[in-house]
Amino acid sequence: MKSPNTSSTAETSAHTTPLTAVAKASADASALTDSGADILIKTLADLGVDTIFGYPGGAVLPVYDTLFDNHELNHVLIRHEQAGTHAADGYARATGKPGVVLATSGPGGTNTVTGIATAMMDSIPLVVFTGQVPTSVIGNDAFQEADIVGITRPITKQNYLVRDVNDLEHVIREAFHIATKGRPGPVLVDLPKDMLNTKARFSGMKKVEIPSFKPTVNGHHPQIAKAAEMLSNAKKPLIYVGGGAILGEAWEEVTAFAERTNIPVTTTLMGLGAFPESKPQSLGMLGMHGTWYANMAMTECDVLIAVGARFDDRVTGRLDGFSQNSRKIHIDIDPSCIGKNVAVEVPIVGDVKRVIPAIDKLASPPEISEWWDTIHTWQKEHPLVVPKADDRIYPQHMMKMISEVTEGNAIVVTDVGQHQMWAAQHYNYNHPRSWISSGGLGTMGYGFPAAMGAALACPDRDVVCITGDGGFQMSSYELATAVEYKIPVKIALMNNNCLGMVRQWQQLFYQNRTSYSVFGSNNPDFVKMAECYGAVGMRATNPAEMRQVLNEAMKIKDGPVLMDFRVVENENCYPMVPSGAALNEMVESDEECK
Amino acid sequence: MSTTTITKDSRHTLSVLVKHNLNTFSRIIGIFSGKGFELESVTFASEAERGMARITITTYGNEETVEQINKHLHNVIDVLKVTDLTHKKCIERELAIVKVSTAKVGRPEIMLIAQAFKAKVIDITADKLALEVTGNTDKVDAMIEVLKPYGITEMSRTGSVALKREFQGAVNIN
Repeated sequence: MKSPNTSSTAETSAHTTPLTAVAKASADASALTDSGADILIKTLADLGVDTIFGYPGGAVLPVYDTLFDNHELNHVLIRHEQAGTHAADGYARATGKPGVVLATSGPGGTNTVTGIATAMMDSIPLVVFTGQVPTSVIGNDAFQEADIVGITRPITKQNYLVRDVNDLEHVIREAFHIATKGRPGPVLVDLPKDMLNTKARFSGMKKVEIPSFKPTVNGHHPQIAKAAEMLSNAKKPLIYVGGGAILGEAWEEVTAFAERTNIPVTTTLMGLGAFPESKPQSLGMLGMHGTWYANMAMTECDVLIAVGARFDDRVTGRLDGFSQNSRKIHIDIDPSCIGKNVAVEVPIVGDVKRVIPAIDKLASPPEISEWWDTIHTWQKEHPLVVPKADDRIYPQHMMKMISEVTEGNAIVVTDVGQHQMWAAQHYNYNHPRSWISSGGLGTMGYGFPAAMGAALACPDRDVVCITGDGGFQMSSYELATAVEYKIPVKIALMNNNCLGMVRQWQQLFYQNRTSYSVFGSNNPDFVKMAECYGAVGMRATNPAEMRQVLNEAMKIKDGPVLMDFRVVENENCYPMVPSGAALNEMVESDEECK
Repeated sequence: MSTTTITKDSRHTLSVLVKHNLNTFSRIIGIFSGKGFELESVTFASEAERGMARITITTYGNEETVEQINKHLHNVIDVLKVTDLTHKKCIERELAIVKVSTAKVGRPEIMLIAQAFKAKVIDITADKLALEVTGNTDKVDAMIEVLKPYGITEMSRTGSVALKREFQGAVNIN
């Protein structure tokens, strides 16, 4: 498979024909024994791809024909291309390796769009291959034709339409290079059917050189020195860690730096796991549903160092009230992230994995015992709110119990909404690549397929998909895939019979007019739903049952299990920075909002 | 950009060297439409070097906005180089073809104006003249303003093309 095909063809021709000029010419011609489809699969194998998520259709039939005899590549037949992109995305987040998707032309391609946009917003490396109608009919409104390169242009880091089969191998290698280097992101390669059928030669040439794409990885030294000096002399410093520290695999460097300097650390939603929450320097997550003390620390700090974070509006709150008195240092590999929302004094373009140790080398631990006293007071006065236990399941307790049962060692994958925020707040994150959630785009329906991808990538780890009754119904059909491939995802469904976060906003900002956000009794029976796909379904309505169900579920290793947790329906998520408020204008309860 | 001092919007000319393909061109235009930046004019043409093209963009914005535009342009994979010619000595030209009515004042007066702007007469009919003018945008604007009262019936402008002057010293030959 991995040896260049040319050698085997040369051998065959030597056996069968004498070496005349004519035979030599025909041997050259017969060197073109690889169809575009063969080249695609060979190149993927050569690049170390082990798993692809795909769905067949007319335009990609040549690829599926090649896959028929190929047993090296694990092709997972998902049930919808959107779920395929989410699964590839979950695979990528759990491993750091690019996720790979194969879809057919037209609707196959357009179905991948939400998944690609999700990956783009969170800088996840994906390579999406789509079939296309033959080059001779492109633009003719042929059956299942869509201009997928045009459609995905704003949501891909780069995309290609292959018009010459001789470019195919190189384009695929370039696509993987671009998807994974610098700030990662999705790349789409559109493959007209004739390109998949035409013969060419697989070269095995691994080198990729793109003169116009050379991300800066080493920070500018004078800026690093200035940052170190600012931090050394700070009275109230804060480290603000984003998803870039996970993508750049800089968790060890960040942890070493924070522990040595004893500077407090807050992480964004995307940065959860980049710094262990069990460490005394951890203030947990900041932002709209972040901890009181993290948001206060952000507001009050005097030197702020942003590490692979992008000052998202869910983090900053109202901009003119955001961390007004701090001098700001911003490390990011993407220069366009720096100075986009918030002006910074010391921009450092580079790879956090290289820049943080460079700063660490020069900085001395600042004298900040007073700052810690202030933070400890905040922590004592405003801890994360957890309702008093009774015989009902509170969502917050659900997350805490999952954390306890999995000993904080599971990969947690979520959908979007209240359960996502509670899962972010109350699960104890101590490991990188163990929190997988659609942060930027906020894609409902993401959780379950992404959890499948993560579980396939990490078969030796427990994967818990924390989802809601809304989000789960957007991709519940993937139960079929999970059962077929025996993917042991534990689906913890926080069932409050409504779109909780929408309802919370309607209660708080639309005078309790809960327009189209309450399912009530119109939800399906999720246990039966699981059972009809051949999965295990269990239900819990009180904490004792919940513990039993969770313990039971963790034992199941040969397929998905769905846990329908009937939670207190009216619970809302706090603390909350209301939309349009400054970061320190948090509310902590329904009563406070009235 | 609430925490920065807002500087005055000004006109910027950006010269962008790219690999010649329409996907790249669309990506560049997409930055302006998708992220809401101003775009006054854009020209796209093949470069002397094979497989390359130069895109000249004129845009409006304060320094922070133009810096963001610059960074986003750099993020396009096939962009090799972005040069902001605004604060550099540069040679900037645009071409316009203007059809103007001669009904009110007759040909000679219009031709005098053309002469003053070093414009060429490139088409003559009974009641119209077509003039070709080149120069920087200000000059083209000026000629159009002068001709307006006589009745401009049709017009086509190329938008700016620009290159950095080799000599960046204190000489003004504009």
